[in-house]
Amino acid sequence: MALTRAQVEGIAHLARLELDPAEVPQYERSLSRIVDFIGELERANTAGVAPMAHPLPGLAQRLRADEVTERDEHDLYQRNAPAVASGLYLVPKVIE
Amino acid sequence: MNTHLGTPVSADAGTRQGGAWETVIGLEIHAQLATRSKIFSGAATAYGAPPNTQACLVDLGYPGVLPVLNAEAVRMAVRFGLAIGAQIARQSVFARKNYFYPDLPKGYQISQYELPIVAGGTLEIVLEDGSRKRIGVTRAHLEEDAGKSLHEGLAGLTGIDLNRAGTPLLEIVSEPQMRSAREAVAYMKKVHTLVRYLEICDGNMQEGSFRCDANVSVRPAGSEKLGTRTEIKNVNSFRYVEKAIQYEVARQIELIESGGKVIQETRLFDPDRGETRSMRSKEEANDYRYFPDPDLLPLELEAAYIEAVRAELPELPDAKAARFSAQYGLSDYDAGVLTASRELADYYEAVTRAVPGQSKLAANWVMGELAAALHKDGLEIGAGKLPAERLAGLLARIADGTISGKIAKEVFEVMWASGTSADDVIASKGLQQITDTGAIERAIEDVMAHHPAQLAEFRAGKDKLFGFFVGQVMKATQGKANPAQLNALLKKKLPG
Repeated sequence: MALTRAQVEGIAHLARLELDPAEVPQYERSLSRIVDFIGELERANTAGVAPMAHPLPGLAQRLRADEVTERDEHDLYQRNAPAVASGLYLVPKVIE
Repeated sequence: MNTHLGTPVSADAGTRQGGAWETVIGLEIHAQLATRSKIFSGAATAYGAPPNTQACLVDLGYPGVLPVLNAEAVRMAVRFGLAIGAQIARQSVFARKNYFYPDLPKGYQISQYELPIVAGGTLEIVLEDGSRKRIGVTRAHLEEDAGKSLHEGLAGLTGIDLNRAGTPLLEIVSEPQMRSAREAVAYMKKVHTLVRYLEICDGNMQEGSFRCDANVSVRPAGSEKLGTRTEIKNVNSFRYVEKAIQYEVARQIELIESGGKVIQETRLFDPDRGETRSMRSKEEANDYRYFPDPDLLPLELEAAYIEAVRAELPELPDAKAARFSAQYGLSDYDAGVLTASRELADYYEAVTRAVPGQSKLAANWVMGELAAALHKDGLEIGAGKLPAERLAGLLARIADGTISGKIAKEVFEVMWASGTSADDVIASKGLQQITDTGAIERAIEDVMAHHPAQLAEFRAGKDKLFGFFVGQVMKATQGKANPAQLNALLKKKLPG
């Protein structure tokens, strides 16, 4: 299955990746090969096979008790942030 | 009701050449679950903490962390599902909903997609004409909330507070079965009442604990095909939901009738202007690439666990209202009002237990004077300003004839302001009703002597002056004459 240029650009946009227009044909080819590879699964007979949500059969999600176990360490965590003010992380203005 | 084409049409639908429009509404309600800690981390969920003091490494999406599901959030979702008669999934799956926004640090929201924990329930709403309508709940799924973006006072920047990130939400998705803004509000109120009865959500709409997205479309009455819908995002009051839907319905009808087309998009309601406006085109943005979250295993629930949760369910609003009607002889309407919250219902029952045989009187006072006083002071019934026993003490004095209903209102005001008992107020103000026939007769004779002209007119046939004499005697006795006795005595004495 060949991906179109528009599809490649769409995927790049969803992933917030900036593509050089000159690179797009190359991604069209390489991504199409990946999709084709996965597409081989289409040939498998999956009638009667339950979809699998996780590759660990027989294991189920463990639950934790509803207890507050975390302390306030925002000073420490915010050392990694490029900009903070009054405890807030600062980002370029987003308004819809 | 317009039944022009055999299909009922909502009151707020418009008209069209040759027919009417039918409104189709579905709601997605987000109820914040009242857990102490977050859905996938041990950070606190308390409202109003200083920014980012309740956001731990899991909430911040740091590398190498793993989410671990909160057992209480699961139990709350199951409670809700059982209360609406839904299927509880023995296996449900968490999925990643991918999108970029600064208040979503991981770049995805953990939600449920193909296999939600709750599927296929129903709720019953009461329409304005008293008839009942069942609304289907397609599904309810567990997910995490995002953080908050703050735009004010940051000089061209946006501030991000991630305290809310990871707070557990139950998203409750209805079938598109509501046909007017009023029906949508009735449904939303029903869900609001239910989640508070179940004690799974505090229902605080100002704080955003209970909010809703409304999917709205219109179609020619009688048509089976759904029109293109718009989604009104994040409305957090019943009144705004009603106004937003009404505006949106009118906008869509006007658009179509003037030759335009409704575009599928997300819109925001602006309460100041009373209108919705376009936020972003959902067609473009709505590519969330859901896939099962590899960090979380499927959630599996044993039948015994589900039955144990079922056994703990409280008496639910509909059952309580039906019992109130039967047990206390109340109208469906009164029973509905008194069971709107568990606190109110408990209060009413405490009052009526303390003054047996006066359930209707108790209902009138709880819904009347008490509700008005609470509303005036901006208080909730649970605040305990007037304990049930104290209101019962006042009602007992009405029931035994010590005071009239009119005087009782005065006593109530003093009780409300001072926190004293009815008996203390009645004694200190000398408000006991006058039931001594001799005393009432003397007052009547006094009034008759002072108003010879009116007496003569009455006796000449002007019957409506009877009320004048009632009023004068009441005035002379400061309203304390027993009304029934006064009437009987006046009837005897006035004709002479």
